[in-house]
Amino acid sequence: MSALLLALLLVPLVGAAVCGALATREDLDRAGRIVGLAFAAVSLVLVVVVWSQFATGPGTPRFQFALSVDWIPAFGTRFALGLDGIALTMIALLAVLVPVVLAFAFTEKLPPGRTGAGFTALILATQGVLVGVFAATDVFLFYVLFEAMLIPMYFVIGRFGGPRRQYAAVKFFLYSFLGGLIMLASVIGLFVASDTRLGEGTFDWTALQGMAAQLPLSTQIWLFLGFFAAFAIKAPLVPFHTWLPDAGAEAPIAGGIILLGLLDKVGTFGFLRYTLPLFPAASQELAPLVLTLAVIGVLYGSLLAAAQTDLKRFVAYTSIAHFGFIALGIFAFSSQSMVGSSLYMVNHGISTAMLFLVVGLLIRRGGTSAMTEYGGVGRVAPLLAGMFLIAGLSTISLPGTNSFISEFLVLLGAFPREPVFSVIATVGIVFAALYMLWVIQRTMTGPLRGAAVVGDGPGAASAATFGGSGGDTGSDADESWMRRTTARFGDLTRGEVAVLTPLVALVLVLGFFPGPVLEVLDPTVSATLSEVGVADPVTPNGVPR
Amino acid sequence: MSPLLAAAPLPEVLPAEGAAGAAWLLVALPALGALVLFVGGRRTDRWGHLLGVATVVASFVVAVVLFAGSLALPAEERVRDLGLYEWIAVGSLNVEFGLRIDPLSLTFALLITGVGSLIHIYSVGYMSHDPDRRKFFAQLNLFVAAMLVLVLGNGFVTLYLGWEGVGLASYLLIGFYTGRRSAGSAAKKAFLMNRVGDVGLALAIFLLFVELGTTQYAEVFARAGEISPGALTAITLLLLLGACGKSGQFPLQAWLPDAMEGPTPVSALIHAATMVTAGVYLIARSNPLYDLAPVGQLVVTIIGAITLLIGAIVGCAYDDIKKVLAYSTVSQIGYMMLAVGLGPVGYAAAIAHLLTHGFFKAGLFLGAGSVMHGMADETDMRRFGGLWRHMPVTFWTFTAGFLALIGFPFFSGFYTKDLIIEASLTAGPVAGWILGGAALLAAGLTAFYMTRLMLMTFFGPERWRDLHPRRIDAADLEDPPEHYHPHESVASMTVPMILLAIGSVGAGAFLVGGERLGHYLEASLGVPVEPYDVPAVFYVGLVPYLATALMLVGAGTAYLLVGRREVPVERPQRVSLPVRAARADLFANAINEGLIARPGIWLSRALVYLDNRGVDGVVNGTAAMLGGTSGRLRRTQTGFVRSYALTILGGSVVLVAALLTVGGLGG
Repeated sequence: MSALLLALLLVPLVGAAVCGALATREDLDRAGRIVGLAFAAVSLVLVVVVWSQFATGPGTPRFQFALSVDWIPAFGTRFALGLDGIALTMIALLAVLVPVVLAFAFTEKLPPGRTGAGFTALILATQGVLVGVFAATDVFLFYVLFEAMLIPMYFVIGRFGGPRRQYAAVKFFLYSFLGGLIMLASVIGLFVASDTRLGEGTFDWTALQGMAAQLPLSTQIWLFLGFFAAFAIKAPLVPFHTWLPDAGAEAPIAGGIILLGLLDKVGTFGFLRYTLPLFPAASQELAPLVLTLAVIGVLYGSLLAAAQTDLKRFVAYTSIAHFGFIALGIFAFSSQSMVGSSLYMVNHGISTAMLFLVVGLLIRRGGTSAMTEYGGVGRVAPLLAGMFLIAGLSTISLPGTNSFISEFLVLLGAFPREPVFSVIATVGIVFAALYMLWVIQRTMTGPLRGAAVVGDGPGAASAATFGGSGGDTGSDADESWMRRTTARFGDLTRGEVAVLTPLVALVLVLGFFPGPVLEVLDPTVSATLSEVGVADPVTPNGVPR
Repeated sequence: MSPLLAAAPLPEVLPAEGAAGAAWLLVALPALGALVLFVGGRRTDRWGHLLGVATVVASFVVAVVLFAGSLALPAEERVRDLGLYEWIAVGSLNVEFGLRIDPLSLTFALLITGVGSLIHIYSVGYMSHDPDRRKFFAQLNLFVAAMLVLVLGNGFVTLYLGWEGVGLASYLLIGFYTGRRSAGSAAKKAFLMNRVGDVGLALAIFLLFVELGTTQYAEVFARAGEISPGALTAITLLLLLGACGKSGQFPLQAWLPDAMEGPTPVSALIHAATMVTAGVYLIARSNPLYDLAPVGQLVVTIIGAITLLIGAIVGCAYDDIKKVLAYSTVSQIGYMMLAVGLGPVGYAAAIAHLLTHGFFKAGLFLGAGSVMHGMADETDMRRFGGLWRHMPVTFWTFTAGFLALIGFPFFSGFYTKDLIIEASLTAGPVAGWILGGAALLAAGLTAFYMTRLMLMTFFGPERWRDLHPRRIDAADLEDPPEHYHPHESVASMTVPMILLAIGSVGAGAFLVGGERLGHYLEASLGVPVEPYDVPAVFYVGLVPYLATALMLVGAGTAYLLVGRREVPVERPQRVSLPVRAARADLFANAINEGLIARPGIWLSRALVYLDNRGVDGVVNGTAAMLGGTSGRLRRTQTGFVRSYALTILGGSVVLVAALLTVGGLGG
């Protein structure tokens, strides 16, 4: 059983090594990409197997597939892995998104001198390290991997990114590294505390969790803040967010998806796995602070998203709003809100990946991420516009899409204990509609504009005359010109549709049938709630009076 | 609330069996149609519209079968739940995906699929020149499926699914003519104002969950008495906010007239007959909650009364035929809202008016569409005139809808509007006068604006003779028509208009006569109370005469002001203040713009500045400072030693701090 988990960790790392070796020779570049994709596919199969073996019934252990070997006995740290429901869903998301991302990158143009195999290697390395981050049950191991995941991502942004990639990569690295260092202080603090209280210093998660109740509140608060600094930067809460728009805008599309969709989830995952169970009293004590930052993030991120003029920065800001929702659910301490947040982490990964991919496909055609350079894209590329709409609807959590379930659970679950925060965040759904529909209006509908008007056909003129005067569907006047423009701008190719199809399917299937995922998350969240030491506020008969 | 008005307990909810077990087909058929057309894309262009029609007609057949089955049952066995699967189950929350099959939902299902079928058929002809006709039918099918989920769902969360689903369909269809900038704005506005209402609906659901631990109708309504009075008032008001958004009620009415940017069949189906009545459905469905919340009920009636006046007043000022009808819809839904807020004395009246309105308003919109079809998509009534000769079927069917809407004796609206006015007189000594007075006044205004519309469109001189068409139709661009050529529409368009006209004439008498509808709905809405049986501010038997008199006054005034004068083709600019106010939608848009839109834009711009200069500025400033320090350090150090040293230093400081902290605090 535990061999499966080890395989989940090793397969992408081995894949990264192989691809890295192939990347050294240009003639093997294509082979490298294919091999990488194959490794990603193996990971996906492994996850399916693991998922099918994962037990959810009553009395299941906190961590399944557990594995633990001596690592550095000198200070009691072990190479210990295990899966709970939340870790499993995150690893599953990883296994789904990596092949999609690699398939997308297959046809992406790279900066000069860079190889696709190299890129593939970096993505697979990130995947491997992330599996470790989610599966680690030793706090020191977690810390090491937490810092290690910065390295491949630093190169993804710094080597494959946009024009300001150096600035963005350094900012991303320094920011995260700083947070990590502060967390390191707390990790060591935990060790020292365990030495005092348990008689023997340890980094074992289960032992430290057992010690949590003995730690005085003030100690808990200091240690909490150390972890919080790292996680609040990683899953950026306002005001620790400013690295994200830069990193998101400068990262290549595929890297941005891994960054926003997965890497940043380590922050919210960390809240659930480390801050809550290890510092339960501090978590309750400081919850109002986190909740305040969370709802500020919801509104602030949405408003800023609405004001963006760059598509990639826009996606980054929507993510800041979504991280606000996730943090709200985690610190509202109810089974609905916390399951909602855990599911939100998965759903946000799916919807952001899809949104980012569609933006990437748009940039492939228009050559720029400036919104002002697009208009009426739906006329020349209806499939692309349709995909943008689906991604957008998922982003604003329309019922029937995956994200509705999670956002609804977060808000509904937060309401009984934290009505004020829940109400403010609920107002956020109006802002979400605002930013998304506004972008759709500016880029996908309306008269043809900017990059959508290829060449100097009559379109430029007709877009100005007919569209500008608010007239009719006049700009499709010249049919032949229209056909030429459509052909040159180009709707989605079969391959591009194939990349997006699994995500569309997930959006709809998880919107109507979230049951299997909820089932996996529920026991872990129940365990976390009891580790924090709070009862679910709502009983089957409502809030007890 | 007098004991007389207290509702009898609703019948027990039974599991669905027999034919009702196949009720999911109602939703599945149009949903499948939408799916095939969306996924199939251009490949389905040739037959897409036929599939669209077929699925909705099939769904109508299912509705009829279910309705017949329901009629065959005794009243106390007509409320059925068809559980399909566990949708969202976490902790104590268990949201079931299921359907509620009862008289109220079946009545709506018949309306939606019946009128929906007619409008689908009409659209085959109406959209025949549009290259995107298949997409149109896909979206229209999506709408029907979502609307059926809304009315058939067996809990508040399934209702919410349908609620936002119809919002999406409405958004897509309002913005259907994607080349028009105004269509994009109108679509976005509709969705946003609806989402404001949705916040209310969502919060009401959260409160129900807190109070009862469930959101399913069966349990919520059975245990409504356990909810604390304060929470109950809050829930009813929040549901009302949702209803206001969806149904274009004050203060969220401004999106509905703009929604006329969509193709006219959309205006008929979504923005007149079905979706915009969802708010009335929501409150009628939640009757066990409202019956226990007198404050909530009172606010519903007030909102209804305000809206029915706003709609009627603004409707008098517009020259755009669709916008007049849109404000008329706002006003008529105000009537329904007023009625549904009155409790058992008004529930059946509200639903009856909703049904007859569904017929005559859909008919009027299809008629308007037929006029536009024959007049190069023109909507300005000042450019019409004398059209009755050129489009006789349109004219006569339109006249039937017109008479029904103004409440001409023995036409549909006459019966159902009377019921509402009568019921409003029983609201109490003060409220009865105010609500009843508003409803009567608006009846006169309705006659005025509709008569004005009739006169400007179908009678008088043919003002279009000397004018050139303005709209540039895609098909006509090569050879723009020099003149208007009004003509009657094809049979696929006129037949639905004729059928709806028959409904406009006879539905009222049929539904209200012998209280057919009221008795059928008993199982869902409780035993109806007769206005005659409760105290009213004056004898309710006078209402038909009063209403008819006011209707004649309104129509007569319109004849004097419009029919006997020449209608200028250009809109007069020098007009009195009230007219100016009405033309500006009673400043609803100006208020929205000034209070919400502009400050919102300023705020987000200010935040962008703050984010770049403030938050990020601090970050980069710190980085620059550190960079500066290390730069100075560099002068004293060489090689890489510097960075190692700095790192070691930083790390040591952190470590020491950590050890001190833990040692000091934890020891």
